[in-house]
Amino acid sequence: MAKIVLTVDDSASIRQMVAFTLKSAGYEVVEAVDGADGLQKAKAKAVNLILSDQNMPKMDGITMIKELRALPQYKTVPILMLTTESGETMKSQGKAAGATGWLVKPFDPQKLLEVVKKVIG
Amino acid sequence: MTVDMSQFYQVFFEEAAEHLAAMENLLLGLDIDAPDPENLNAIFRSAHSIKGGSATFGFQNMAQVTHILESLLDRIRNGELQLRAEMVDIFLKAGDVLQNQLEAHQNGGEADEENARAICEQLSRLATSENSGAPLASGAGEAPAPAADAHAVRTYHIRFEPDDGFPQRRANMDNLIEELGHLGRLSILEDGRHAPDGFSEEAAEGKLLWRFTLETASGEAEINAIFDFVAKAGELEISAEAPGSNKAEEEEETAYGFFTDIPEQAPDQPEEDQGYGFFTDLPSPAEKTASEEAEQGYGFFEEIQPPAPTVTAKAAAPLRTAPQSGEKNALASQSESSIRVSVEKVDHLINLVGELVITQAMLAQTASKLDPEIVEILGNALGQLEHNTRDLQESVMSIRMMPISFVFSRYPRVVRDLCAKLGKQVELKTVGEGTELDKGLIEKLSDPLTHLVRNSLDHGIETPEKRIAAGKPEKGTVTLRASHQGGNIVIEVIDDGAGINRDRILEKAKERGMAVSDSMSDQDVYQLIFAPGFSTADVVTDVSGRGVGMDVVKKNIVNGMGGRIEIDSTLGQGSRITIRLPLTLAILDGMSVGVSGENYIIPLTYIVESLKPKEEDVKTVSGQGRVLHVRGEYIPLVALYEIFNISPKVSKPHEGILVLVEAEGKKIALFVDELLGQHQVVIKSLESNFRKVPGISGATIMGDGKVALILDMSSLVSLSRNA
Repeated sequence: MAKIVLTVDDSASIRQMVAFTLKSAGYEVVEAVDGADGLQKAKAKAVNLILSDQNMPKMDGITMIKELRALPQYKTVPILMLTTESGETMKSQGKAAGATGWLVKPFDPQKLLEVVKKVIG
Repeated sequence: MTVDMSQFYQVFFEEAAEHLAAMENLLLGLDIDAPDPENLNAIFRSAHSIKGGSATFGFQNMAQVTHILESLLDRIRNGELQLRAEMVDIFLKAGDVLQNQLEAHQNGGEADEENARAICEQLSRLATSENSGAPLASGAGEAPAPAADAHAVRTYHIRFEPDDGFPQRRANMDNLIEELGHLGRLSILEDGRHAPDGFSEEAAEGKLLWRFTLETASGEAEINAIFDFVAKAGELEISAEAPGSNKAEEEEETAYGFFTDIPEQAPDQPEEDQGYGFFTDLPSPAEKTASEEAEQGYGFFEEIQPPAPTVTAKAAAPLRTAPQSGEKNALASQSESSIRVSVEKVDHLINLVGELVITQAMLAQTASKLDPEIVEILGNALGQLEHNTRDLQESVMSIRMMPISFVFSRYPRVVRDLCAKLGKQVELKTVGEGTELDKGLIEKLSDPLTHLVRNSLDHGIETPEKRIAAGKPEKGTVTLRASHQGGNIVIEVIDDGAGINRDRILEKAKERGMAVSDSMSDQDVYQLIFAPGFSTADVVTDVSGRGVGMDVVKKNIVNGMGGRIEIDSTLGQGSRITIRLPLTLAILDGMSVGVSGENYIIPLTYIVESLKPKEEDVKTVSGQGRVLHVRGEYIPLVALYEIFNISPKVSKPHEGILVLVEAEGKKIALFVDELLGQHQVVIKSLESNFRKVPGISGATIMGDGKVALILDMSSLVSLSRNA
């Protein structure tokens, strides 16, 4: 059974790139356009990994991660932040929110796949 | 695995264009003294999104501009910088630069990099001069890190050794070196010499080597991004020479790091800059050392379950226990509220529906010839089919419809810039922005409408002094109004300026030797403005004209969009320019007329009336053909059989029908045999399927399968005038 990855990003182009890359590698991909949508999609369908942008309208990535971690079914599911920010603020916020790790934008498809494989195989 | 990134470009281009438009609108609407934090956030997010996308897809010039822009906006939204009017100006200019770069990437042109450099400098100056005591790298506040990162200068050693394809690579290197130079102080240690590889000279031919040192405030990721399109894996080595070689600093620079214990492990691929990180232990085989992760630029915050099969099962468990039984349905119901579909797909669909409309009409026509008893049985079903076909057609056409706000939204900026240039005060009002019209029309409308708006500001609205002297408020008003009127979209550009001076137009026309008379109606006089080379600048004001003339505006609207343009004006009170456009370019409401057994379609919008003339109402003007006398007016009579050279069935006007049409402000009476009925017809291009025919704008297929030609009223009117 294909592992399911939820990609949350308000940028359609980045979302498409992530989805295409992961689908090509055999993952099933669910897309969400912002934090609120991501939360809803994650509730609607259990996923194995969540890749989330940080800066989004409606609900940002950090808030979404906090909300997800409050759900019993998402206590341990890995969540990676895809972010253009690489500073300590991002890291401390990410860690506090319960993110599993981060991947700095811009990244190329190979890099993305490399990281995803590390996390869910 | 290799992924062709170019497949995502189009989506990025559209997305970036939307962000730029949104950014501009928000900037224009900002209250400088008390900006709405929500709007500042939205502006920041737009810049941020463009930066993320452009960096990911390799559009480095855009990434560079947005990077600086974003840092500034971030500080403004965090209250570290006070917003000033000058900043908005520069931000707007930065938006223009980005637009230019975006278009260059999209259409394969050259972006104005000189301009880009200038705007980067201006933005940087804003950042430094306005740094009111809030140190950039303080990291104490809520400010996210990019600004902080950007200001720690490091020295990088860069080694680039391409494997193959060196001629192309070599050509790319000049640009690349220039881009590197923009990041900071660049020293070139090796400039593409042949690398010794231990083999013969021939074997070494393909090997090139560049080595640089770069002192920059930018991160390694940015250097990498510059090489992104040129370097393949393994060809590029970047190492940072960090002061004090502080681990934390290094981490920050390479954009990765750990917050929890990471098991020590020998670095197996230390040179590779991975660009990601984990905050926690990554058990073998996936675990990474701190140093390796430092190279990766990613991190984990907590323990990661190794992606072993047993764990997979565990991870998958919640899937099965998830409360949702109808997962698929739940997901489907929450699908996105909109999707992007290529225009070709929509056009194909429209084409198919067009065919369906024709087929339906054929069925109806055939059925009408059948035995009434059978028609009775078929009737209901046929009626239903017609109803459904029409609904389907309307829904499909509506896919191509876009609100006119897409065009209107660019004018606040145009007005703002032009007011500053002309020293005028103008308020722009827009009415009916939600009015929808075909996407094709939206695109074509933009240029002529821009010209009209500029004209209104330039020639219509007076200077504040003149306005006050004339007893008007010093601030002029230009109104853009869109509405539906019958089957048309009506767009009006209204100003409360000086109006058009009829006498000066006539004077000018006489100077140019045009056939005019003082008794001409106002409408006819205003139409002179549309004559080629008749610059409005010569007429209304002495400000020199720019860009296209009104003749081009008219040509775009009439020929390009099948529309009409009219001018109304009251001297001293203002002008109103009215554009009437068909709802869509694909379907037309027409009257079908018969001439000697042939069918022609007259677009309904042009028809004034139809009448059966009395014999004495048609008079012959010697050498100039016939005219129709109707209610005291003499209208040229045009016999379609003469225009199209077909032998007439009816040659006396009083035996046939005259259809009065009006185009280009002139009326003609079209002489036809009979009126056949009103239809909605699907327009097929004659030009692309056959060739351009004077007097014909296209063709359509009628219910009986016959082809009917659609008459081009504007060209018929001018044909009759020249005849």
